[in-house]
Amino acid sequence: MDNLNTPEVVLSVRNMIKDFPIGQSSSKNSLMRAVNDVSFDLCKGEALAIVGESGSGKSTGARVLSRIYEKDGGDIIFKGQPLAEYVDEHGSLEYARQVQMIFQDPFGSLNPVHSIYHHIARPLIIHKRGDKKVIEKLVYELLELVGLFPAVETASKFPHELSGGQRQRVAIARALAVDPEVILADEPISMLDVSVRLGILNLMADLKDKHGISFMYITHDIATARYFAEKTAVMYVGHMVEWGNSDKVTQTPQHPYTQLLLSAVPEAGKSGRRELGAKKGEIPMWKPDTKGCPFAARCPRAIEACADTFPSITEIAADHFIRCHNI
Amino acid sequence: MNVSSLNTAKSKAPLLEINNLCVDYVSPHGIARAVNNVSLTIAPGETLGIAGESGCGKSTLAFAITRLHKAPALISNGEIIYNGRDILKMTDKELRAFRWNDVSIVFQSAMNSLNPVITIGEQLTDVIAAHKQISPKEAVAKAKELLEVVGLHGDRLKSFPHQLSGGMRQRVVIAIALALEPKLIIMDEPTTALDVVVEREILNELYDLKEQFGFSILFISHDLSLMGEIADRIGVMYAGNLIEIGDAKTVFTNPSHPYTKGLIASFPSIHGPKERLYGIPGDPVNLLKLPTGCNFQARCVDCMEICTKDDPILAELSVGYQAACHKL
Repeated sequence: MDNLNTPEVVLSVRNMIKDFPIGQSSSKNSLMRAVNDVSFDLCKGEALAIVGESGSGKSTGARVLSRIYEKDGGDIIFKGQPLAEYVDEHGSLEYARQVQMIFQDPFGSLNPVHSIYHHIARPLIIHKRGDKKVIEKLVYELLELVGLFPAVETASKFPHELSGGQRQRVAIARALAVDPEVILADEPISMLDVSVRLGILNLMADLKDKHGISFMYITHDIATARYFAEKTAVMYVGHMVEWGNSDKVTQTPQHPYTQLLLSAVPEAGKSGRRELGAKKGEIPMWKPDTKGCPFAARCPRAIEACADTFPSITEIAADHFIRCHNI
Repeated sequence: MNVSSLNTAKSKAPLLEINNLCVDYVSPHGIARAVNNVSLTIAPGETLGIAGESGCGKSTLAFAITRLHKAPALISNGEIIYNGRDILKMTDKELRAFRWNDVSIVFQSAMNSLNPVITIGEQLTDVIAAHKQISPKEAVAKAKELLEVVGLHGDRLKSFPHQLSGGMRQRVVIAIALALEPKLIIMDEPTTALDVVVEREILNELYDLKEQFGFSILFISHDLSLMGEIADRIGVMYAGNLIEIGDAKTVFTNPSHPYTKGLIASFPSIHGPKERLYGIPGDPVNLLKLPTGCNFQARCVDCMEICTKDDPILAELSVGYQAACHKL
């Protein structure tokens, strides 16, 4: 598509639900809803940051999209075709090729007994990218693309010979090997040394801007969400509570939970006690029959409706949405 | 003049003084110097932040202060003076009395350092009973008081660690650190494993406790924004060396060392202009393969010829402010 105003939607998610059983029995009330009514569009060459605390369902969402988990409700449409249609061996392989994942721990996601060459050549072989010569050339090109020089030397190394940042670059090269349309990056920088984090973020930004790859960037760090992603969605207990343009969400947050999150971020030079708007409280467990707003118990703005009605979506500004009764 | 005395801008006598401390890790591949010739002071009531990335020696420094380091770590040089006494010369008995009474530690991911099969109450009273001669009843009352000090309900004494959330466990660990009202608390990444809202609750608690008890904190973290908020002074470490130390505001807003500059530029700001940041190129150095000259030379944008030959020395730039770089 050449119209810049309407970017091509690559991955479209509508009302996605994911339940996990809790306890022994399999009845309906022993289910925990990890992701509830999540909808978004991921456009070509754009990044969507999913921000939330641990247990907010952000990783579960990515795992459903990468087919590690099966969804329990809603629709996932990839390039105009429902995910359910990518079924037979060829179809599911094709989906796996186009939607790749990068994990948090680059120490655990590479196999210690295999060389870097093996890690990057393997997806190329599985997806039949060419003969031995072609694959060799591609491996070296990929290593250079992710900033690992000299490529031939790096390829012969084993994971333990690389630093954390270099390993994460290898994981990115492996994801890139098969020309994906979408990369699901689950906290890709949170385990890395602070001085190399920005390098990885900038590499991902280049892949997004120059190669048109779409990113779903999962993070708990709202500052990097704003830095890297065009769009940001804030999740709380499996629900998207506020989303839209990253600058709008982070600079003029409207949902009380986003406001809480932003008011808690440490900032140099702002020493001393800082009152948090919200009440103290544990994050609730969401079940399929739980009613009301997930944030109601902690919300300073809660009204009667919040206790029993799930808030609907309001577009409070262009490309800025929240789920809240009391706007 | 003694270089380390320049560290303290305040006129108060330091609570803790570290002079030329060296800690080595002995391995079959050679000796890795994790802390190299570090000198610093902490004044009473002061919060000193030590920043740096993993492997820079900041945690090793914390362990050395309480002599909790174990082989293959070895203190090869220097002295650590607490209130006029050299910790490195203490006998085991003196050391036992010193630890926790004078200096306590909140370890990294301390919330996982609680014993899972013992109640919170027992873990608190254990500490009190080990150091003070009081009746079990008094110990329980003291434990209850401590929990309330860190914002937990006294009933939590009967809880087991798994019944508490991460933030609550971290509060328990802080309560244990406060148990004997030490003058110095070493906190090694105390909030790293916590969510930002819980982190803020812990920080608020910490501000209140500090006001109430007036202890000093040695705050170790890789998060410079957090450091810029909580610390009075910040020291930055790279590959075992203290490369810059001074008041928090100057270190954060007008740093001198290229590494500090890069480190601060590695944190995108939540407010302010959105521009491309560059951080620091390359990867942290291997302590077993340190280059001749400045350890930071391979990643430094301002590297000169002298940097590849001579080690930079920590020099005073203004009163109480030091940095180690040939360019300055």
